[in-house]
Amino acid sequence: MEKNRRDGSFYINPYLGGVLLGLVLFATYYITGRGLGASGAVKNTVVTTVDVIAPAHAEKSHYYSKFLNENSSPMNNWLVFEVLGVMAGAFLSGTLYGRLKLKNEHSPKIKPRTRLIAAVAGGLMFGIGSQLARGCTSGAALSGLAVLSASGMITMLGIFGSAYLFGWLFKKLWI
Amino acid sequence: MTGPLIPMEMIPDAWNNVIAVLLGMAFGFVLEASGFSSSRKIMGTFFGYDFVVLRVFFTAAITSMSLIIYFDYMGWLDASMLYINPYYVTSAIIGGLVMGVGFALGGFCPGTSFCGIAIGKIDAMFFTAGLFLGIFIFSEMYPLIETMYNSKNLGGIKIYEMMGMGRNIFAFLLIVVAIAMFYIAGYVEKKVNKVEY
Repeated sequence: MEKNRRDGSFYINPYLGGVLLGLVLFATYYITGRGLGASGAVKNTVVTTVDVIAPAHAEKSHYYSKFLNENSSPMNNWLVFEVLGVMAGAFLSGTLYGRLKLKNEHSPKIKPRTRLIAAVAGGLMFGIGSQLARGCTSGAALSGLAVLSASGMITMLGIFGSAYLFGWLFKKLWI
Repeated sequence: MTGPLIPMEMIPDAWNNVIAVLLGMAFGFVLEASGFSSSRKIMGTFFGYDFVVLRVFFTAAITSMSLIIYFDYMGWLDASMLYINPYYVTSAIIGGLVMGVGFALGGFCPGTSFCGIAIGKIDAMFFTAGLFLGIFIFSEMYPLIETMYNSKNLGGIKIYEMMGMGRNIFAFLLIVVAIAMFYIAGYVEKKVNKVEY
């Protein structure tokens, strides 16, 4: 058993994973009063980058300026630290279960390059969508469901419903 | 101690970022250990060959929801102090639909792509590059969509309020629906051909 667990094929039981994730999300609400997130950290990085390269442009923009203040950098943000933790935690799990490996995962029916182009396009759409919905699968959908927010429920239905529909359209990318 | 601890000033604000890293580590560990660092495992939910996303997502949602309701009932947590995302009807719906397209194309969501990067997934790195690009494009196009983005704000409304139901009844129904989905998922998985990945 111990030998099998380290070849990268072992995953914890999904219901156990769900309960553990639920406990982490609950602890986050109990301690900080807010949920978990992911896209917010990318947004703050984009805001910081634009502010460093073109400060006048960032201040003039109605969007960037929402997240800028004179006293502290947008990088000094809860979600930025949380996402650094996410990467460290995932790295630990990947080390423990033997999954550290450079790999481009895709259906055998497509070229590796096609997968990478689709990945960039997918990330781009997810980036735009997460700003519209004021959060992504973590911050809007999952954290929203935990507190039964209407916006979280609607965003969750939107993400999964649309992914089911478009999943079949892009089926060749996956199976 | 009555939560939420930091807003109640039970823990000094200086600990906030340390706590962020620790909670993030637990979040990332559970996601990776459940298989969310693999795009083809994630996409299994949409083709029926592996429902891990559905199982983990809804188990997590009903677990944390139940704990919040229980702690609130016992007086250990003031649930009214928890942050609720404001419901801007138009942009929440369009945003969700656009993210679904991104999911189907990219195979990750932002949180899972960070897990993928951490263990060396090249597709996750390209997805995250797209994420930066998308948020940049959105920000630059903001003047064009500002009106839509800010329209129809219903504030931090709850689902059960919108449906005119009690909180606990709704929570119970959500748990029943989740269990029904787990049952159906197990049935579908048996019918669908295995995909090797």
